[in-house]
Amino acid sequence: MKTQTTFPAFAVSPEIEDAAETRIAQYPNDQKRSAVLPLLHIVQHEFGFINREATEWVAQKLGLEPMQVHEVVSFYPGFREHAPGKYHFRVCRTLSCAMAGSAELMDRICELTGIDRSNSDSHHNPIAVSPCGLWSVEFAECLASCGTGPVCLVNDDFHEDVAPEKAENLIGQYNN
Amino acid sequence: MSKISYLPGKEPDSCEHRMIFKNIDRKGWDPSIACYLKDGGYEQLRKALKMNPEDITNEVKISGLRGRGGAGFPTGVKWGFIPPNNSKPVYLICNCDESEPGTFKDRYIVHQDPHQLIEGMLISALAIGAHTAYIYMREEFPEAAILMEKAIEEAREKNFLGSDILGSGFDLEIYIHRGAAAYICGEETGLIESLEGKRPYPRIKPPYFPAALGLYMAPTIVNNVESICHVKHIIEMGGAEYAKLGTPRNTGTRILCVSGDVKKPGYYEVEVGKITMGELLNDVCGGPLDGRTFKACIPGGSSAKILRCDETFKIGNGENQKELGFYDIPMDFDTMAACGSMAGSGGVIVMDDSRKMSWVLNNINHFYAHESCGQCTPCREGSMWMRKISDRIVDGKATPEDIQTLEDVAYQIDGRTVCAFGEAASWPVEAMISKFRDELEAETSEDNEYLSPEAKRQLKNIS
Repeated sequence: MKTQTTFPAFAVSPEIEDAAETRIAQYPNDQKRSAVLPLLHIVQHEFGFINREATEWVAQKLGLEPMQVHEVVSFYPGFREHAPGKYHFRVCRTLSCAMAGSAELMDRICELTGIDRSNSDSHHNPIAVSPCGLWSVEFAECLASCGTGPVCLVNDDFHEDVAPEKAENLIGQYNN
Repeated sequence: MSKISYLPGKEPDSCEHRMIFKNIDRKGWDPSIACYLKDGGYEQLRKALKMNPEDITNEVKISGLRGRGGAGFPTGVKWGFIPPNNSKPVYLICNCDESEPGTFKDRYIVHQDPHQLIEGMLISALAIGAHTAYIYMREEFPEAAILMEKAIEEAREKNFLGSDILGSGFDLEIYIHRGAAAYICGEETGLIESLEGKRPYPRIKPPYFPAALGLYMAPTIVNNVESICHVKHIIEMGGAEYAKLGTPRNTGTRILCVSGDVKKPGYYEVEVGKITMGELLNDVCGGPLDGRTFKACIPGGSSAKILRCDETFKIGNGENQKELGFYDIPMDFDTMAACGSMAGSGGVIVMDDSRKMSWVLNNINHFYAHESCGQCTPCREGSMWMRKISDRIVDGKATPEDIQTLEDVAYQIDGRTVCAFGEAASWPVEAMISKFRDELEAETSEDNEYLSPEAKRQLKNIS
């Protein structure tokens, strides 16, 4: 599905180079590979997802084969290979939140943002994006706030006690 | 500092013994170093800097501290496994991947009291001789990663970190390494692989015990956030004094995280074993929701075997054998193990009589099927098959034989994998079937309309 993306195209700026060097310096000189995850985080934070070009850049920075970076990207649920919406909702799916109504919360968010999750699955296609490209959703596994469920992350913001009826208010905070 | 008071509605319960969580939800508290220093912060570091590393380790051994991440292994003993003739650098890793469903304690430490963790890490690093330490922070704590890095910067400005710390000649750098939403990174060798920039496939032990062959094949100690914080208090109190808290072999305090069907879910720091399950659920957490009764409880994170609330357990041997009702179980490591489950990470998930056990099990199975790293065949395939079978049960498409198949699959994972994930994924299934077989079977049907006559014939041949 083609969606309008709200992220800039991948390009290496001096700021990104600096941020990458700072992270690489956290590991011993002969262990640069350790910086794979940190560098991927920089890319994803800036550009929304990790494409082939970005993978090759990380590999070149660390003296690795692109495959060694790609196998990391494709393993971790925290890395994305496709653009999410400008506001990406990660709703906790695991037991305590599910008991508190996280499935209903997910349904309500989808209803309000016009997202169709019917083609989503947990492994290969976890993210569903709204037709306008502004919103996206994904079920996350335990976000470690089981006492205040249901909980979700919207980009880097954490929200707790989000009963399904509070979904409208939550979305309203980002609707701009 | 004046008497401690807490934010309205966040006051600790009277049964609590707040040590690690002393500053959580505290009135007037903030995560800055100024606030921490006003409260006696980094005094224990000063004390530890004057001690021999062996003496620090010894105090931790005497304290009886057992790891709070899940396995309950004695922390001081773990430190002692570093080979004595080691010439490689030693690494300390703080496991802040907090991802066992039902557990939510480290979250509050790293968001509200980052310097307590840094001080604990400093003392631990001194003890084991580490000059580089990493905090493996789960990706889903983005705010905490920023907060902790700010706290590290503050500590460095005051020379609590960096080189020649407070003129002692001791050097330590702490770095944050963010994960990427994979549960398996909580397993210490998976975590190490992840820190090395690879897929987090756990390593086989032996030979890869981290204390000998860990990060970059050098000696590495991986400790949970809560365990590391306890080290600071052990130095403050002395190991012997600390060991008076709690019960023998189950010393100190620990944070119990209660979620699910109780009136007052939340975190409660109590002396280990000094409170029973009944006191925790009925008194501290206010009992079941109105009109409901407790049905089942997972006592130590979702990997722990589920207990029925109407169960009695026979524990001990010979003359010492006694019967214990569910509500009389003390919240410690050893009794919980004797009752066939585990205290694990302290995550207590409670279910009342409104919950269908097939639904609960299915939710757990989805978690493990999603999080299996895929390295070992029994776990990769088995967790997926367990999920498929429990999907069938909740969809009303299962036959009674499916329950047996589910149990068989679980027992073929357990004990056949590189890491403890195999047990983590299969124990919930094994326990659920042994304790709620009737309820699960009642949801299946011999004449299931979804099964073709051919499939039914095949099932008969198998069984």
